[in-house]
Amino acid sequence: MSSILLFLSALLPIGMWWLLRQGVMSKPWLEQGVVEGLPGPPPTSAAKVGLGVFLAVIGSLFALFISAYAVRMQMPDWRDVPLPNILWLNSGMLLLSSIALQGARNAARDGDAMALKIGLLAAGVTALAFVSGQLLAWRQLTGNGYLLTSNSANAFFYVLTGIHGLHVLGGLAVLGRTTAAAWRGRLSERLKLSVELCAIYWHFLLVVWLILLSILAGWAGSFVEICRQLLT
Amino acid sequence: MAVALILVLITVGSVAFHLLSPWWWTPIASNWAYIDSTIIITFWITGAVFVAVVLFMAYCVYRFRHQPGRQAHYEPESRRLELWLTVVTGVGVAAMLAPGLFVWRQFITVPQDATDVEILGQQWQWSFRLPGPDGKLGVSDTRLISPDNPLGVSREDPAGQDDVIVEGGELRLPIGKPIKALLRSVDVIHDFYVPEMRAKMDLVPGQVSYIWFTPTRTGTFEILCAELCGVGHAQMRGTVVVQEQSDYQAWLQDQASRSFARLAPAAQ
Amino acid sequence: MVDVPLGSIGAAPAAAVDDVELYHPHSWLTKYVFSQDAKIIAIQYSLTALSVGLIALVLSWLMRLQLGFPGVFSFIDANAYYQFITMHGMMMVVYVLTALFLGGFGNYLIPLMVGARDMVFPYVNMLSFWIYLLAVLILVASFFTPGGPTGAGWTLYPPQAIMSGTPGGQDWGIILMLVSLMVFIIGFTMGGLNYVVTVLQARARGMTLMRMPLTVWGIFTASFMALLAFPALFVGAVMMLFDRALGTSFFMPAIAEMGQPLERSGGSPLLFQHLFWFFGHPEVYIVALPAFGIVSDLISTHARRNIFGYRMMVWALLAIGALSFVVWAHHMYVSGMNPYFGFFFATTTLIIAIPTAIKVYNWVLTLWRGDIHLTVPMLFALAFIVTFLNGGLTGLFLGNVVVDVPLSDTMFVVAHFHMVMGVAPILVIFGAIYHWYPKVTGRMLNDALGKLHFWITFLGAYAIFFPMHYLGLMGVPRRYYEIGEMSFVPPSAHMLNAFITIVALIVGAIQLVFVFNLFWSLRHGRPSGGNPWRATTLEWQTPETPPPHGNWGRELPVVHRWAYDYSVPGAAEDFLPQNQPNAQARQGTSNE
Ligand code: HEM
Ligand SMILES: [Cu+2]
Ligand SMILES: [Cu+2]
Repeated sequence: MSSILLFLSALLPIGMWWLLRQGVMSKPWLEQGVVEGLPGPPPTSAAKVGLGVFLAVIGSLFALFISAYAVRMQMPDWRDVPLPNILWLNSGMLLLSSIALQGARNAARDGDAMALKIGLLAAGVTALAFVSGQLLAWRQLTGNGYLLTSNSANAFFYVLTGIHGLHVLGGLAVLGRTTAAAWRGRLSERLKLSVELCAIYWHFLLVVWLILLSILAGWAGSFVEICRQLLT
Repeated sequence: MAVALILVLITVGSVAFHLLSPWWWTPIASNWAYIDSTIIITFWITGAVFVAVVLFMAYCVYRFRHQPGRQAHYEPESRRLELWLTVVTGVGVAAMLAPGLFVWRQFITVPQDATDVEILGQQWQWSFRLPGPDGKLGVSDTRLISPDNPLGVSREDPAGQDDVIVEGGELRLPIGKPIKALLRSVDVIHDFYVPEMRAKMDLVPGQVSYIWFTPTRTGTFEILCAELCGVGHAQMRGTVVVQEQSDYQAWLQDQASRSFARLAPAAQ
Repeated sequence: MVDVPLGSIGAAPAAAVDDVELYHPHSWLTKYVFSQDAKIIAIQYSLTALSVGLIALVLSWLMRLQLGFPGVFSFIDANAYYQFITMHGMMMVVYVLTALFLGGFGNYLIPLMVGARDMVFPYVNMLSFWIYLLAVLILVASFFTPGGPTGAGWTLYPPQAIMSGTPGGQDWGIILMLVSLMVFIIGFTMGGLNYVVTVLQARARGMTLMRMPLTVWGIFTASFMALLAFPALFVGAVMMLFDRALGTSFFMPAIAEMGQPLERSGGSPLLFQHLFWFFGHPEVYIVALPAFGIVSDLISTHARRNIFGYRMMVWALLAIGALSFVVWAHHMYVSGMNPYFGFFFATTTLIIAIPTAIKVYNWVLTLWRGDIHLTVPMLFALAFIVTFLNGGLTGLFLGNVVVDVPLSDTMFVVAHFHMVMGVAPILVIFGAIYHWYPKVTGRMLNDALGKLHFWITFLGAYAIFFPMHYLGLMGVPRRYYEIGEMSFVPPSAHMLNAFITIVALIVGAIQLVFVFNLFWSLRHGRPSGGNPWRATTLEWQTPETPPPHGNWGRELPVVHRWAYDYSVPGAAEDFLPQNQPNAQARQGTSNE
């Protein structure tokens, strides 16, 4: 369960810092009137804060899956899955998708409607390519006899990539709506905001994917092993 | 007024119930008297806190009940009082935790001279495997289970040849000798629980867990399953018979010769 | 006298109303059914949860009938008994208490108490309720499938939960349970985001964090914890569903079923337990923290005194919330996990007792030198302190690893958790309903019926669960369909069991009086006015009662003080509403 504890201990200082800034040490009964000294609700939009909290939830979900993976991996029947090569291509696609969306975000900020549309489209297409690539990877694996039930390493591969893929698909649904809005209307504040939120979400999923990949490939395991040896 | 009185009655009633009711733990039959002492310490500390807080509440409810003209006292906090209470609580908690951890260390440290005994659970009965004259248990594996080998004992292992297997019956133990119970399950999680021994541990399929204890009293005690294991959970009973050393040895010899006769043909 | 720079007292410009931003219902359907108004959603959540609660209550009757009078009721066989236990436990913990505190009270109170018009994402909030309802329907549907609901115990431990020796293990029961939980978690996440972000973003002008009532603090912290903890249950449910439906071996080691080896290998049953309790322990506090918050406000209001040690109360809430993520394995002391974990988890568990104890002290110290009005909500709050204290203290037995060895999985545990997370939070829920009903409906609940309901519920529940500890101390295991013959159980214990059953039936029956009161008072209750308890917090200061959509009319409230200005020396009244500017209140008096 160390991954989830690590994840939570990363959240803890953020929470503490925020609480201190909000004055949890102050004595409220001594203050009267509208206090201007302390920060009120921050100027960030609610949607952005909401997305931040939501990412914490998803982070917790994946940290828990990884914890489960780490526990199950220690059992003697574990046989690692050879990663299909197509995963590298897929990772490249997801990276491109993130870059394209970042481009769209910048374009939205600069008011460049054309670049925005191109960025959104490119991001959508590459993300779709990622998801289809993942499906291909599944087919290759089952074709080679790495079935869901034959070993838990396989099962974890399907579950982890599947849950990640579902999150990408969910993002694609929102991205689709945003793209449609970009096509239809003018560059409203609302549109800018949704492009920005999509971009943040995409970067987050990219990071999650890279972490998952490093774990499935076994790098994370070796890294932890090295750290452990350094410490002892 | 009435409310304060009832609060007092609840406190007095709870304490009286604790002291007077006929329901209490069963007389102990193992070396874990320390566990009982830890429970007693905990009862004293928690009981004192319960009585103090509820009586204080009752007093407040009586003394500060609404009456015309009363005004509450305005006092947002008192650092001194709160600090003081925190420290006292901390001390009380430590007074329970320290003996607890101390006894826990003993609980998980098996003495060198303990005899291994295997306790095996399956839906919904207990089986036992005692080392024969060689004092060792043979290896076992769930995948070897078959109708004529319900415990999955390996027939290759010489240490297992003389093991005494008791299926669905009673577990006999000699008095005064530490026992290390190796707990194993073939299907779901069960829990080996003998109230008189104060010991309890889950039997988890796929792994071997353990507890140890020294029987200190001869007699027959009930084994209960304390982890939900399906519809037969409440019926999953067994017995432990604690005997004098000599009686036990006589029984063991008898069993060993019998089970050897049973296993011999298959072992060829 | 004042050590914080003050803004322009009393002259704060009114916050502008952005009319366009408000969602306006256009038809009866969007106003009362598919409503996006947090208050309507709160009522929908509450009524659904209370209905599930009634089902769970009836199940508890049936279980008690079997335990008190074994063999008399032939329709309760072992199968049915384990199904009742499981559904009762899971419904109470997740579908009643969590939903009621967060979905019900959270939705109603957060926007009103922080001075917002509504939740920040009303549409998502509405979806949250409908998804919750779907989860409930899936759960209840399992009663009508072949094989019936699962009987795996609310902890759903594999391998047992998905094997044929357990009711519903190889039928639909366990599948529907897992799916329902997953749906619930998705729905809750939608709601939870709202509760958290509304507190972060939509507070009225002047509502600093430290001016928030403890109710909001409690619900806020609990929602945050739930958002982080529920994924653990989700992960466990997904993996178990794979094991059950697709034949994987996440949790399934090599085992034999009825003498036949199964095609599984290597899985870890303990892994599920870790995941389950990583959710399960915080869950206890997800239920408890809102109760802590609400009860603080009830006590303060009805004792006409500021909550004693407000800052300490907030810090204790936060400390409990954080610590509760590192104590989960205290449910696994005898699970066969590495026994050295026992040292760590016993220590963290007993440390968490300290902030919890501080909260109890501060509640009783609030009564000290107060002006105690023994209203029905106050009675429930006092009863909460007694039962919570009792249950919390027995928690010190179970948390202290070696003491837990003889007690775990006995009726002592059942008595403990019913006292601390069954009875205590339910008493708060009742108190809260008596307290806020006037705001929701504009009428008071009937006082005499309320007192009758209170005394029987409180004394009855205490009489049910206090003696039960001693059955466990004696050695009676929990989840036993019948005690049967146990050499160490004297006949008098069977009489005790019968007594408990009879009291449980009475306590259950008296809840009908409460339900009757809820409906009767809707029409016949005494009109309450806007602020019947003369309370300071914002929800009592709405221009209209019940508050209409949008809560505040044209102008949002502006907050001038903390939530606990009761009996301030020199003030004209014994309470100063949070939105009251300086006014006549404190002139010439010192604050200390
Ligand atoms: C007067 C009300 C209640 C009565 C009479 C009652 C009765 C029972 C009984 C007889 C059991 C089975 C005990 C056993 O054999 O192991 C049980 C289990 C349980 N109850 Fe209650 N209960 C009540 C209220 C509640 C409440 C409010 C909660 C909310 C937390 C709750 C949560 C549970 C849980 C979690 C279990 C364990 C289920 C399991 O073992 O899987 N109960 N209850
Ligand atoms: Cu059992
Ligand atoms: Cu816990």
